[in-house]
Amino acid sequence: MKTDALIAMLATNAAPVEAGVLRRRYAIALGAGLAFAVLLMAVVLGVRPDLAEATRLPMFWVKFALPLSLLAIAIVGAVRLARPGVAIGRVPAALPVPVAAIWILSAAALVAADPGQRIAMLLGDSWLMCPLNIAMLSMPVFAGVFWAMRGLAPTRLVLAGAFSGLLAGAAGALVYCLHCPEMAAPFIGTWYLLGMAIPAVAGAALGPRLLRW
Amino acid sequence: MGSAREYMRSRERVGAQEDHLKDLLVRGLAGDGAAYHAFLKALSAFLRAFLRGRLARVPDEVEDLVQETLLAIHNQRHTYDASQPLTAWMHAIARYKMIDFLRRRAGREAMNDPLSDDDELLAASDEEAREARRDLATLLERLPDRQRLPILHVKIQGLSVAETAKLTGLSESAVKIGVHRGLKALAAFVRK
Repeated sequence: MKTDALIAMLATNAAPVEAGVLRRRYAIALGAGLAFAVLLMAVVLGVRPDLAEATRLPMFWVKFALPLSLLAIAIVGAVRLARPGVAIGRVPAALPVPVAAIWILSAAALVAADPGQRIAMLLGDSWLMCPLNIAMLSMPVFAGVFWAMRGLAPTRLVLAGAFSGLLAGAAGALVYCLHCPEMAAPFIGTWYLLGMAIPAVAGAALGPRLLRW
Repeated sequence: MGSAREYMRSRERVGAQEDHLKDLLVRGLAGDGAAYHAFLKALSAFLRAFLRGRLARVPDEVEDLVQETLLAIHNQRHTYDASQPLTAWMHAIARYKMIDFLRRRAGREAMNDPLSDDDELLAASDEEAREARRDLATLLERLPDRQRLPILHVKIQGLSVAETAKLTGLSESAVKIGVHRGLKALAAFVRK
């Protein structure tokens, strides 16, 4: 087939393109992914029994703010990376801000604490399970955002995969807050970050294979 | 001074061309077939020049890659946002497709003989337009009927969706989906 014949074929009866494909795909991915993650959390792990009282404590919201801010940054990054020729700009530079904030809080908490208490603040009761649970809860959104990205046109596949994975990890951590009773900043600043990093690294590794078009 | 004026004039030309192409694409995306045809035609010339300059060592494969990129742009045309500069969008796609092609080629070359010096000499003197080596019409034959027939009738013979539905016994939405998925499947064949 000559190139002119291909062009004629592509242009013949080309249907009008629907507007808002990107927005719709991400809305579906996040909506369905988060719903599944909440269900998974409720069934497998259980909602923390004292959730209502916990929401009255500032630390609950500090803990919630870490994945929430990373989720917002990751959404902006993923949406930019999903379209050819849109620069990612300063989005990656925003990532260290919430991380630095939780580390400053952690350092302050550790300094103020009794030296004998410090290890307990860091490890809590669930340090081993926390990153694994966050990675597990990130899986529905992970599947969703990779589906969304596959219908778009990323040109930087490692970065697009990493931001998609981080988005899923942050969503998973957000949902995990509804189960997890840990309230110490050093715990959150270590194990929550590690849990979110697992899907981000997996996304970067899988991006070139899953997102190619 | 003269060169500065020339530079400004060339900037204006590029800007005018961008506006013109963008207008064609935006109308094309809204369903204006003639405008979309003109856009793809101009785009193919841009792609050919872009790829020829960068793939001088493999002139035989330039036209294949032009076709592959046109198909990819058509399949992903919904990712263009009218508030975005068209040149950046086109350029990013062309670059992406070229890098993907070079990676694929490096993978193949690792198994086969690399280009000999003779090939390179021939390549340097070859500036004529070439035929594509891969025939998309042959690849179309490999699609299942539910995709091949909608593409044949709607996209090649120019029948309407309703006429094609009547002719094939498929529902109208199955015809539309067949065209859409068929062109995606074609792009996937081409990438291999």
